[in-house]
Amino acid sequence: MKLPRFDYARPASLPEAVALLQEHDGAKILAGGQSLLPVMAFRLAAPPLLVDIGGLDELTGIAIGPTGIRLGARVRWRDIEEHAGLADSHPLLVAMVAEIAHYQIRTRGTVGGSLAHADPAAEMPAFAVACDGDIVLTGPAGTRIVAARDFFTGALETVLQPDEIIVELRVPPWPRERRWGFEEFSRRRGDFALAGAAAFYDTAEGCAENAHLGVFGVEGTPRRLAVAEALLNGRIVTAETIEATAAAAARAVEPIGDLHAEAAYRRALVSTLAERALRRAAGLGAVPA
Amino acid sequence: MTDPGASRTVSFRLNGEAVEVAVEPRTTLVDCLRHQLGRTGTHVGCEQGVCGACTVIVDRDAVRACLMLAIQAHGTEIVTVEGLASEDRLSPLQQAFRRHHALQCGFCTPGILMTAHALLTREPTADAARIREVLSGNICRCTGYIPIVEAVLEARSAYRSPATGAAPQGQR
Repeated sequence: MKLPRFDYARPASLPEAVALLQEHDGAKILAGGQSLLPVMAFRLAAPPLLVDIGGLDELTGIAIGPTGIRLGARVRWRDIEEHAGLADSHPLLVAMVAEIAHYQIRTRGTVGGSLAHADPAAEMPAFAVACDGDIVLTGPAGTRIVAARDFFTGALETVLQPDEIIVELRVPPWPRERRWGFEEFSRRRGDFALAGAAAFYDTAEGCAENAHLGVFGVEGTPRRLAVAEALLNGRIVTAETIEATAAAAARAVEPIGDLHAEAAYRRALVSTLAERALRRAAGLGAVPA
Repeated sequence: MTDPGASRTVSFRLNGEAVEVAVEPRTTLVDCLRHQLGRTGTHVGCEQGVCGACTVIVDRDAVRACLMLAIQAHGTEIVTVEGLASEDRLSPLQQAFRRHHALQCGFCTPGILMTAHALLTREPTADAARIREVLSGNICRCTGYIPIVEAVLEARSAYRSPATGAAPQGQR
């Protein structure tokens, strides 16, 4: 369908963008438009004003430093894919971004747009939550930082206020020796995942520590599964440990059922994908038939 | 903003020519190209970013023209399928499509050509797996994709030698 009527503004600065949001009830930020424009085409949203932040170059930075990685809100999937340093500095980020949408979407879709849209099956919110990221927001009262785990409140719902703008995502540094794996399942290449699992842990004296297991596409928001992570910490990661962890993960989720997959199927996917991701992390190869 | 949604003038380069057009903010790039500029080579399929039929090249990147507002195209350099052939001569990519019968009904073809053109311009050595991955964003219901992949594979050589390549043509 054609888009509903709206007005358009292209501010020259972040404060100007915030002011526009404040002055116009229901106004929305337009970045890459790869989620917002389809939503408007379906008439699921009809904002009276789009505030195009396409001119705000201060939101396009990728910074890798001792305190971690910062991705500006306007960083595109293409920018992450082509960045010379990210594959070494954060291989999980690169692996997750590689699964996002299709070639043409990847040239315009942005980090901030995906976080704000908060699709339960999207990779970027899952990445932010799985890696204990912080989301930096700016609004009329200044800047605030919200932990990713507190940012997403439900499917397509976040704590972002109508007059706030996402500035950047920050994630902690990634130790080079960290073990990790990422798996998702979708019916066709580039589709939203029916479920996905991102797993990583560090090792000390042969045992796992700091285990993280995040799942997405399963519940209304992406989530780390502490119950399952606890089964890895302090243990040697073997095929048996992984199997028990994956089973605990499947028990810990409360999956959504929809026309793409019923809840029981998604629960089974959590077990399978968590097991595959952890086996990949542990260097164990595929599950024997 | 006394008249919300009123038209504004945007200017961009289209297949090497400067164009200026008045658009409402809600006008997508593909509708602007087809309805206002009369360039109907770019097709409109799903209008929700799924099918890839409307793919055009904006500042060297393949984009879905149904998911970009015409007003966002201000100041950009756009290449559409009309920009591939020169005068009466098909580009090497188009010739390869013809040789391999890489189209049947032709509805998806402009989008597939522009996706492949963007890919080969950036990655002239893309292998079959990469070509398949990139073309996964374009739906074709006729060919089964095999002749399309073969045509794109064959066209690669033209993008490696700038003298005969199609790449510079769109940026005249």
